[in-house]
Amino acid sequence: MGDEGSEMSGESGSDPVRNPDLEAAFADGPAFVPYLAAGDPDYESSLEYVEALERGGADVIELGLPFSEPIAEGPTIQSAVVRSLEGGMTPERFFEFVEDLDVDVPLVCMTYYNLIYQYGSEQGPRPFVERAAEVGLSGFVVPDLPAEEADPLREACDEFGLDLVFIVAPTTRGDRLERIMSQVSGYVYVQARLGVTGAQEDVSGQTEESLDRLADYDVPKAVGFGIKTGEHAERIVAGGADGIIVGSALVDIVAEGAKAGEPAETVAGRLEEKARELKQGALRGYEQRVPQAERT
Amino acid sequence: MTQQYADGKFGEYGGQYVPEALMPAIEELTDAYERYVLENEDGFMDEFRSRLRDFGGRPTPTQHAERLSERYGREVYLKREDLLHGGAHKLNNALGQVLLAKYMGKERIVAETGAGQHGTATAMAAAHLDMPCEIYMGERDINRQRPNVFRMRLNGSAVNPVTTGRGTLKEAISETMRDWATNVEDTHYVIGSVVGPHPFPSMVRDFQAVISEEAREQLREKTGGLPDSVLACAGGGSNTMGAFANFVDDESVGLYAVEAGGSTLEVDEEAGVAPNSASLSTGDEGVLHGARTKLLQDSDGQIMESHSVSAGLDYAGVGPELARLVDDDRVNAVNVDDDGALEAFHRLSQLEGIIPALETAHAFGYLEEHYEDLGETVLVNVSGRGDKDLETVIEETEKRDIEAAPSMAAFSGGI
Repeated sequence: MGDEGSEMSGESGSDPVRNPDLEAAFADGPAFVPYLAAGDPDYESSLEYVEALERGGADVIELGLPFSEPIAEGPTIQSAVVRSLEGGMTPERFFEFVEDLDVDVPLVCMTYYNLIYQYGSEQGPRPFVERAAEVGLSGFVVPDLPAEEADPLREACDEFGLDLVFIVAPTTRGDRLERIMSQVSGYVYVQARLGVTGAQEDVSGQTEESLDRLADYDVPKAVGFGIKTGEHAERIVAGGADGIIVGSALVDIVAEGAKAGEPAETVAGRLEEKARELKQGALRGYEQRVPQAERT
Repeated sequence: MTQQYADGKFGEYGGQYVPEALMPAIEELTDAYERYVLENEDGFMDEFRSRLRDFGGRPTPTQHAERLSERYGREVYLKREDLLHGGAHKLNNALGQVLLAKYMGKERIVAETGAGQHGTATAMAAAHLDMPCEIYMGERDINRQRPNVFRMRLNGSAVNPVTTGRGTLKEAISETMRDWATNVEDTHYVIGSVVGPHPFPSMVRDFQAVISEEAREQLREKTGGLPDSVLACAGGGSNTMGAFANFVDDESVGLYAVEAGGSTLEVDEEAGVAPNSASLSTGDEGVLHGARTKLLQDSDGQIMESHSVSAGLDYAGVGPELARLVDDDRVNAVNVDDDGALEAFHRLSQLEGIIPALETAHAFGYLEEHYEDLGETVLVNVSGRGDKDLETVIEETEKRDIEAAPSMAAFSGGI
């Protein structure tokens, strides 16, 4: 992972606790991090879909817990959220879902802060994080929680040994970048372009600039927003990313399957195939950047 | 009164819960708010006040309502924001923010609208200040508010339908935030109420505070003193905070935020529906659209669909400063249901010759029900006029038996 000779920046005394699972997932070679909304379009099919991602080569899986107002999501994931909520997904069902999943790779919960805040008998993030640790989740991504508001969640994550992944946007610079990088653990989610989630036809030039700004930080950099094909994955990893995050391109497959009323098995097969394409692309990109012969 | 919460936190409420991509823009806006609005840098506030006067028609009068005073046996005064250009208080904020966007060098305006009042005010301000403008509006609201959609287009704004969710204000706000996150470098988001991330709640309050600044002065001239109570309807809360801001420190003045009680305050948790918009009276603390505030939500934290006969009050959240003022017992959160608001709509039209917005009618509904508790001098904020609501009023009046209403037979077939 990372460039050789990169050094730890922001060496303050209170580094966040790190969860060994996520760190390990990025340890050898590029990490492929797919996203699906849990329970989309229904509980049972969704279990199969997530398991198919692991077979297709996922190193970490981001599982969306749907919130009624997903302000950072484009139309594809908004629709997934609607399907999943209509299918009866709730925070408690989500935790059961995680327990029912038969996968070995680490799982990260992606959701909005209000659901974390409201869970359990006391307000605040602690009960949610405690339950997440209990079912074996490894970390969180919370798109509406900037570093300024994240202290209570960061503390709960430290207490229960979970990672808190932050998003770094193309507009994030200077002091803001420092602040985020001093709180992040697991990996940093590099937002490849401005805007909302959604598959795109090309790779944004904003990605390279963002990776350059992050080069000196010793945290794996996973790039997301707009990655659709194996070729995109290849270029992004060749350009310096330690991992790729893909959501909408996979959710599209779930959506098509749901619309056509296809059997879950067929859709799962297609997801596995797409996952493999993306993972292979990431591996090719890594080979260009760090040829096999030069690896230690 | 306005500086005490300069950090954007109102106790536990407020804050900046937005995607990281927006944070630099929020920081830039906070800086601009502090310099131009709070410190009048480059004469921003002078220009704002001057444009409010010449373009907007300020000051609006504070009028003694003779027949209401007679009816209730106390002095009732009306702050006539319905006389502001556009027919509602909304222009105070829209003009302030579009002008601020210009001072900041932004090249494009986006805004959300529910009933269309904020959208039309923003479209007017954008045309007035020559800024390209796009308005996001729920598809369902577009169908309910055709004339307002056309008004926005007449002023040169694009109106983008939002088809997600149930196609109302909540979805329109989310969609506008998505546009802003995509075009953040050259675009300013003119939010329509005292909601959203800091600095919006404070900044919108400051632009609307001209309402109570004028009313306080005008009432002192007319009566030599302060009112015993101030009534304003509350949805997101911008006319409410505008009407209260300069009275918050006057402890003798009772402040009443009148929410939409809808058809009932009961909540249908199963369906995710609250048939009211009474987030101050019945909501729980949570995080939505950038701020921690009181929300209509289910026990999991999913946001409820709110309902009110008045589209402008139809929102599941409320301004964080109002939430704090209610917790501090400085503001009384009260509510009036659809029936009470409709009756008050007809009563004010008949007695005072003022056709109020259905939003505004809620405040008059409260006056009718509780005038005995409101002291000798009562100030009611007439936040807007009701022309926009006539279709709804005809439809809803036909379902009811309202004494003050004209015979509805003459209107069959609509207007």
